[in-house]
Amino acid sequence: MIPAPFDYHSPRTLEDALALLQSHRDEAKVLSGGQSLLPLLKLRLGAAGHLVDIGRIPGLEYIEEEDGVLKIGGRTRESALEHSELIQSRYPLLAETAAVIADPLVRNLATVGGNLAHGDPANDHPATMLALRAEVVATGPNGARTIPIDRFFLGLFTTALEPDEILTEIRIPAPPARSGGSYVKLERKVGDFATAASAVQLTLGAGGEVASAGIGLTNAGPTPLRASDAEQYLIGKQPGADVIAEAARLASTIAMPSADRRGAIEYKRQMARVLTARALQRAIQWAREH
Amino acid sequence: MAQHEIRVKVNGTEHKAQVESRLLLVHLLRETLGMTGTHIGCDTTHCGACTVLLDGVPVKSCTVLAVQADGRAVSTVEGLEQDGKLHAIQEGFWQEHGLQCGFCTPGMMLTSAALLAHNPDPSDGEIRQAISGNLCRCTGYVNIIKSVQYAAAKLRPAAESAAE
Repeated sequence: MIPAPFDYHSPRTLEDALALLQSHRDEAKVLSGGQSLLPLLKLRLGAAGHLVDIGRIPGLEYIEEEDGVLKIGGRTRESALEHSELIQSRYPLLAETAAVIADPLVRNLATVGGNLAHGDPANDHPATMLALRAEVVATGPNGARTIPIDRFFLGLFTTALEPDEILTEIRIPAPPARSGGSYVKLERKVGDFATAASAVQLTLGAGGEVASAGIGLTNAGPTPLRASDAEQYLIGKQPGADVIAEAARLASTIAMPSADRRGAIEYKRQMARVLTARALQRAIQWAREH
Repeated sequence: MAQHEIRVKVNGTEHKAQVESRLLLVHLLRETLGMTGTHIGCDTTHCGACTVLLDGVPVKSCTVLAVQADGRAVSTVEGLEQDGKLHAIQEGFWQEHGLQCGFCTPGMMLTSAALLAHNPDPSDGEIRQAISGNLCRCTGYVNIIKSVQYAAAKLRPAAESAAE
């Protein structure tokens, strides 16, 4: 399969990339890792007159913690996230997510920013970024602005990014002590989109009660979903088996999956419940041990 | 539509080509350069038959534009054999019967060679994980794991003496 014709641009600076986006606006798409965009163009589910490849712009790949914030460069490869010692030791939710995105070869090119900017609720990072209460930095012709993740996903394949903006950084609040997270995904085979998946990030108080909780669901609606009722329910409670089961049930009630070859609606909703319970258990375990 | 003059080093040899923006790397290799060892399987980023190394990193060449490889190094199955001598990974697939139809084999071998380059002593689990983006419909993977272990064992003494 061959994509419809387009022009390819390979700017060497962010300024040049932004200028290209400004002059081509709706005709242009940003090419980051290309692991979602190129298949989409090949299948001709979409078309673009101009691809602006940010692959040769220096300074867009980094993972660093600074002043209580984890900063991930927009073009950071999933494989870099997966193998980062900082991520493995402090951000189990991110490490577990990166490890189940597509397959290892795709992760060598796929980028964290691309996974978000694509706006596909079947992608894995959108739900994990909801759970982590991340912010997205969008750089445009007038400089950078910060978008809270809850205002980033507007609809299927639609985000708050303007056509002349590039997702340059993801910011995640560094977890306090007694924090943990987990991403549990059900997939038919390596590389498949999630039948259902649940992302959990939480912090325990000194007495072992839940002090804060973030829960995001993958592929359960036109956008990734925040399970707000389940998050609220958990606050202040000792996370025993009954509490976990009830939080998981609450989370599953917001799931609005569509039926497809991965399963029926009711099956997927039940899987969202089961996976949320497992993710909660794993996150609590991590929080107790760290 | 825009044409681009690109230079790509394939298995150590620099090639110049005039390419359309939309030309895929796998088509550059197979059609422009006539190197048909890199296979097209699913053409949808699933199967890994088209795996090549881009600057040493295994990627699916059906999901990379040829122009993205401009100025970079590509390794394909044609470059594994050196001076008429099989690469250890090729010898492993031969000795351990790691292929039946052979369609996935070039991709399997390149992914495995990249694994062994940074992990000379992988567990079976690590091999399975590394090749989880390469599909084989014949072997059940068992003999592929053995083939990679064969190559690892063969390459290890070389790696150890190089490190000394």
